[in-house]
Amino acid sequence: MTSTIPSNNIKKRRKGLSLTKKKALQGWIFVLPFIIGIIFLYAPILVQSIRITFSDVSFANGQLTLNFVGFQNYVDIFNPTNPDKSFPVTLLDGVKDLILQIPAIVIFALFMAIILNQKMAGRTVFRAIFFLPVILSIGIIDSLDAQAGDALTGGNLSGSVDDGTGESEGIMSAMDLQSILGNIKLGTGLVEYVVKLVNDIFNIVSRSGVQMLIFLSGLQSISPAIYESCQIEGASAWETFWKITLPMISPMILVNFIYTVIDAFTSAENRVMNFIGMMSNQTNFKEETTAMYWVYILVVLLMIVVVGLLMKAFVFYQKRD
Amino acid sequence: MDTSPKIKRESKNKIRVEFERAPLWERIKAKFFSMNFLKKVVFVVFRFVLLLGISYVILFPYISKIFQSFMSPSDFKDVTVVLISKNPTFDQYKYLVLENNYFPLMLKTFALSLSTAIIQTFICALVAYGLAKFKFKGNNIVFAIVVVTLMIPNEAISYSMYEYFNAWDYWPLTEKIDAFLKGINENWKFSFMNSYIPMYLLSFTGLGFRNGLFIFMLRQFFRGVPDELEESAYVDGSSTMKTFFRIILPISVPMLITVFIFSFAWQWTDDFYVGMFFNSIHVFNHGYPNIREIVRVIPPSLQAGASGLDAYLAAVTGTGTILIAAPLIIAYIFLQDKIVQGVERSGIVG
Repeated sequence: MTSTIPSNNIKKRRKGLSLTKKKALQGWIFVLPFIIGIIFLYAPILVQSIRITFSDVSFANGQLTLNFVGFQNYVDIFNPTNPDKSFPVTLLDGVKDLILQIPAIVIFALFMAIILNQKMAGRTVFRAIFFLPVILSIGIIDSLDAQAGDALTGGNLSGSVDDGTGESEGIMSAMDLQSILGNIKLGTGLVEYVVKLVNDIFNIVSRSGVQMLIFLSGLQSISPAIYESCQIEGASAWETFWKITLPMISPMILVNFIYTVIDAFTSAENRVMNFIGMMSNQTNFKEETTAMYWVYILVVLLMIVVVGLLMKAFVFYQKRD
Repeated sequence: MDTSPKIKRESKNKIRVEFERAPLWERIKAKFFSMNFLKKVVFVVFRFVLLLGISYVILFPYISKIFQSFMSPSDFKDVTVVLISKNPTFDQYKYLVLENNYFPLMLKTFALSLSTAIIQTFICALVAYGLAKFKFKGNNIVFAIVVVTLMIPNEAISYSMYEYFNAWDYWPLTEKIDAFLKGINENWKFSFMNSYIPMYLLSFTGLGFRNGLFIFMLRQFFRGVPDELEESAYVDGSSTMKTFFRIILPISVPMLITVFIFSFAWQWTDDFYVGMFFNSIHVFNHGYPNIREIVRVIPPSLQAGASGLDAYLAAVTGTGTILIAAPLIIAYIFLQDKIVQGVERSGIVG
């Protein structure tokens, strides 16, 4: 029995698509649902959302009409004589808050991931507890907590989130910490920053679940052989961390920074989102609040570009063949 | 004295090595009275205390809610009651479950969460596989769009999204459908509101809540799957789709479970989409798949005994939160090791 391929068969195949083209086509088939969604759902919604910010919206007998007004809405939200002038102030404060919070979240996540990666008794239990906020501190549960937080007699820890008013009920009395750190003669700015972070610990812990998972996966992918050879060469744990763990995990630090920026900025609980949400509930001027959102999105985009450029210098990619 | 180890042959394949050991006291001294050991102990204790402390921070709100869920109104008037109730009752659970229709709401939410989670996991896996394993023009652009969808907060497009699914007047065909419906009955209007259709449309197109993150995670996972696996399948005559279903999906089960859990939990606690697509303004309608409805109003029977007791009402809300979280926590306990496994194996590298 011979199984030679007839020569005309080969010729026929060559007339069809080449292998690369075939694979490209199959790739499109796989991403097709998403492409359809983007074209028929997301893009129209997005375009409409942007159009609203450039228009004057009015309802007339159930029909929505948009009159183009140029940049008027954007000018309005930044207009200092506008009664709602607090938007630029809130935006600035909110962004400042988040810029302080984001490095804390990433560093905390890295620190905890390194600890949770070590072999110890009860590791599974601790891991389970640490990743619990990923599924619980979100959506309904989060907003219900914020709503009921302060009234609970137990003093819900998330109650200390609202800017400093609940400080005395925080984990550590702000005064104590301030006096301790004050004696070490650190700058007052730094002291305040640390106090703020300590009182915000619940927020930081519950926001760093996904980041911890990403770091854990990164730590797992570092070959144990590298650590072994370090040990043989006599490197201390301190040196190993700075010379091996940190460079090897730096791509994950970039991913996590970007994820944290996105997560922190788009969470409905942060100051700016809260403010805009409140505004859109109060007024019927959807065009202005939508414009606020778009300004905010631009700020987020800018942040991501800045973080990406800053991190680019530090990220180390292991050459792989 | 000869201190070299003595080797004795016990049987055919068994030997015993006998050697002189240092005295017990010397050994203990060397092991436990060294700086190295002290350092280790201090480190382990410090680590344990730290983990315990942070676990406490995470769990405390839930623990205090659980304790308060068994309290009766009189406990909130008594200042000596901190966590342990003096008149424990199941009233809060009883009335939330009975009067606020916990089970019908839970079943509806469960059905919606389960179906959308399955669809989203599957669609995201499909899209992520396409992005990870096929080089085509525009691959990077599609991936950039995925990241953009993750970046735009839902609230920013909520108004136009509502309008889109409500009016649906973007495509010429829908106008015809609308006209056709109006021809039959004046009051009929073509709208997707108060139906599951918008949720499923978003899920089937990989645009649901944080689906960009799922696509991102799965893409990184599939990139780590060696190409040889598929190549050998192709050599054996398997088509791309068949390879995806028969080989790729089975090996990525832990990762798929991780995505599924995230998707399920985030849909379960979602108030944004269901709040938008299902008009729950009509107070208390348990026909909608939004489990938040169980705490929309305080059950009448509980309200009677709680006039002026804000802390008690807050505790009732807390009990509602426990009822909302309970199914998730139960599922999490069974599946949590899969989450860590799935992410560990993904080997996300830049």
